[in-house]
Amino acid sequence: MSDIKTRVVAIIVDKLGVEESEVTAGASFTNDLGADSLDTVELIMEFEKEFNIAIPDDQAENIQTVGDAISYIEKNA
Amino acid sequence: MGALTPIGNTLNEYWEGLLAGKSGAAPIQQYDASLFKTQFACELKNFNIEDFIDRKEARKLDPFAQYAMVSATEAVVDSAIMESNPNLDRIGVIWGSGIGGLKTFQDEAQAFFGGDGTPRFNPFFIPKMIADIAAGHISIKYGFRGPNYVTVSACASSTNAIIDAFNTIRLGKADAIVTGGSEACVNEMGMGGFNALKALSTRNDSPETASRPFDLDRDGFVLGEGSGALILEELEHALARGAKIYAEVIGGGMSGDAYHITAPHPDGLGAKNTMLAALDDANVAPSEIDYINVHGTSTPLGDIAEVKAIQQVFGDHAYDLNISSTKSMTGHLLGAAGAIEAIACIMAVQHDIVPPTINHFTDDPELDPKLNFTFNAPQKRTVNVALSNTFGFGGHNTSVIVKKFSK
Repeated sequence: MSDIKTRVVAIIVDKLGVEESEVTAGASFTNDLGADSLDTVELIMEFEKEFNIAIPDDQAENIQTVGDAISYIEKNA
Repeated sequence: MGALTPIGNTLNEYWEGLLAGKSGAAPIQQYDASLFKTQFACELKNFNIEDFIDRKEARKLDPFAQYAMVSATEAVVDSAIMESNPNLDRIGVIWGSGIGGLKTFQDEAQAFFGGDGTPRFNPFFIPKMIADIAAGHISIKYGFRGPNYVTVSACASSTNAIIDAFNTIRLGKADAIVTGGSEACVNEMGMGGFNALKALSTRNDSPETASRPFDLDRDGFVLGEGSGALILEELEHALARGAKIYAEVIGGGMSGDAYHITAPHPDGLGAKNTMLAALDDANVAPSEIDYINVHGTSTPLGDIAEVKAIQQVFGDHAYDLNISSTKSMTGHLLGAAGAIEAIACIMAVQHDIVPPTINHFTDDPELDPKLNFTFNAPQKRTVNVALSNTFGFGGHNTSVIVKKFSK
């Protein structure tokens, strides 16, 4: 697992209280991992803090799955 | 009813603690208080929120809301009201909190002002912090869709909540209300702020004797944290479902001091007016009151003013009353004080025992020695009617009266 992927998964496990095995690349935050709209905002904020990046709102809207988050951060971090 | 207090984490443990004269005060565990003027408080003991709420949900609740959920749940379960298939549109939540999510505010401010200036705030910051959220969370858990809000009047908050619940029910606007209050201010901001006001005892060498209402050497209150919850229910509704009835709420009084932001009126004018208003509302004579659970925070001025007010309202009957300050044991739970002290009155009415004012060592010559402050040990007596006083910074005064229930 890449370093970015490890750190993203760890944040999701911590914030959403889910098992690491559930956090697959295709898993949707809202449909599969039980996040509501505020949880999703919090995840984006945690990614920004962890990787010291700023994710604009229009980009954040496109980050729906674990895989979306990892690939966005790999491109922008 | 439900209670989560520094002397017991359930209603029964709380009541046993009161009768045992147990002090909840000890050196602060939640943060390093070594630089603070006051280094002790009445904190909860052996309490882990994850025993009650899963970690993911608990993380979204400030401690004051966590405490609210724990005691409200105990009260709802105790009342068995959910087992009667009630009309949830007719059950409300009217909660009290003096301050709300102070820890959340502290943490978020620290993260921002200690950072590089990037305004990166947690989306749960506001909904965790706001004082009204406790009522929201309780209603969401049970689906209670009746009137829903939180009262804020500092240390009188939860008595205001109880009075509002009482009024809402007698106006016919609800069948039952979950009421009470919670507070969680034992943190750097809370202790530092009250220290700056010179409101807190600084008896760091003896925390367990620091809360000593009506003692000559009292030097301020001891901050406490926790929660108390009561289910107020319309009588016919309660009888129809065969509810366990602890006692009857028969009246409430409210007044303002219009005097000073933190000091009580020196003659206890506001305190006198709220007790008179409560007696009038309950339609009982002063001579019918058996027990007063006083505000009695252990401050030099406040205790004197309240006793003056009691003597003005009750005259010679003041000598026949039992008076006690259970804050001597629990510390001062601010916005939760009214809730846990109303519960103390209700348990006194039910069991015909008055819980004590502990930590009495030296009489204060300014206090009439013929008054019975129930010093140091509980006293058995018939308690038909009991009155609870709570007063808040801002000059908010409240009293509520409860009566032994008989069909």
